[in-house]
Amino acid sequence: MIGTPATTGEAVLFWVCAILAVLGALGLITSRKAVHCALWMALTMISLAILYISNAAPFLGMVQVIVYTGAVMMLFLFVIMVVGVDASDSLIETIKGQRWAALFLGLALIVILAWGLGSALSGVPATGVDAANREFGGNVQGIAHLIFTQYLVVFEVTSALLITAALGAMVLAHREHWKPKPTQEELSKARFLGEEHPGNRPNPGIYARHNAVDTPALLPDGTPTELSIPGPLRARGDIAPVDIQDVHQIEEADSL
Amino acid sequence: MNPSNYIVLSALLFGIGAIGVLVRRNAIVVFMSVELMLNASNLAFVAFARTNGNLDGQVVAFFVMVVAAAEVVVGLAIIVQIFRSRRSASIDEPNLLKY
Repeated sequence: MIGTPATTGEAVLFWVCAILAVLGALGLITSRKAVHCALWMALTMISLAILYISNAAPFLGMVQVIVYTGAVMMLFLFVIMVVGVDASDSLIETIKGQRWAALFLGLALIVILAWGLGSALSGVPATGVDAANREFGGNVQGIAHLIFTQYLVVFEVTSALLITAALGAMVLAHREHWKPKPTQEELSKARFLGEEHPGNRPNPGIYARHNAVDTPALLPDGTPTELSIPGPLRARGDIAPVDIQDVHQIEEADSL
Repeated sequence: MNPSNYIVLSALLFGIGAIGVLVRRNAIVVFMSVELMLNASNLAFVAFARTNGNLDGQVVAFFVMVVAAAEVVVGLAIIVQIFRSRRSASIDEPNLLKY
């Protein structure tokens, strides 16, 4: 166990993980797309897990990896997929000057916290939890002893909280069906009587020069149609540009 | 390694998370910033536990993780619910509650 005496190894580990964690946090608040934010966040969480382990808290490090990086971040990614990957941020400021005020206040908060707590602790040597760990034979045993004696009531209340949260999520995510589900016949009628062409949409790459999914199909007159691009790609704006000049050249070559 | 290093890192992450909560519009990203703030406070708890030489700080950090997991579940369910009714994950949209 990495104990009280400061080792060079711990210093190196700290600086590497600290830089990665801050990088991930900055990426989280600056990335435009929610998916990128989630991935930056995962980087921060894994770095923090390593820092917990180097801080003589191996149990918390493992819980961090399993609960946060494993469950919470995947839940976030899942919800981002449900809500839609195109749900990127708008850049309009609702309150004028809010961004700069937030930046200023946040930096002030960082300075106050870091300076106050940092200077208060700068002369204090770390006692290290080795003695506390050794008392019951290990870190996990020590934490278990505390949870099941001193913090037993808190632990019991936690179980009530978890059950309430699970129930609340089920109630909130439940959708009531007001109308009976449409039958196949009704769906078919709606499709053929509706405004849209009932047939297949053009496949991507029809008459185009590439067969990639993001290449729009060309209509017989040579204009690209966005109908052939899958919806998510269209929403994201990932449509490969079609060089009209090229199309005209090919048309001319054909007509000769 | 002096514990103040960990505390300064924790303050930095907490502040970045606070800026994210204030600046971002997307409800999911705001939520992730809140998670970042919780994580930063956990790091401070772990560092305090090591400074004081007892495991209480680690137990508190463990409870913070449990509460954060429960909070994420309910919060994301609310976000999905708002998205279903409004087709938007922007936190400026539900201001109709005012009127």
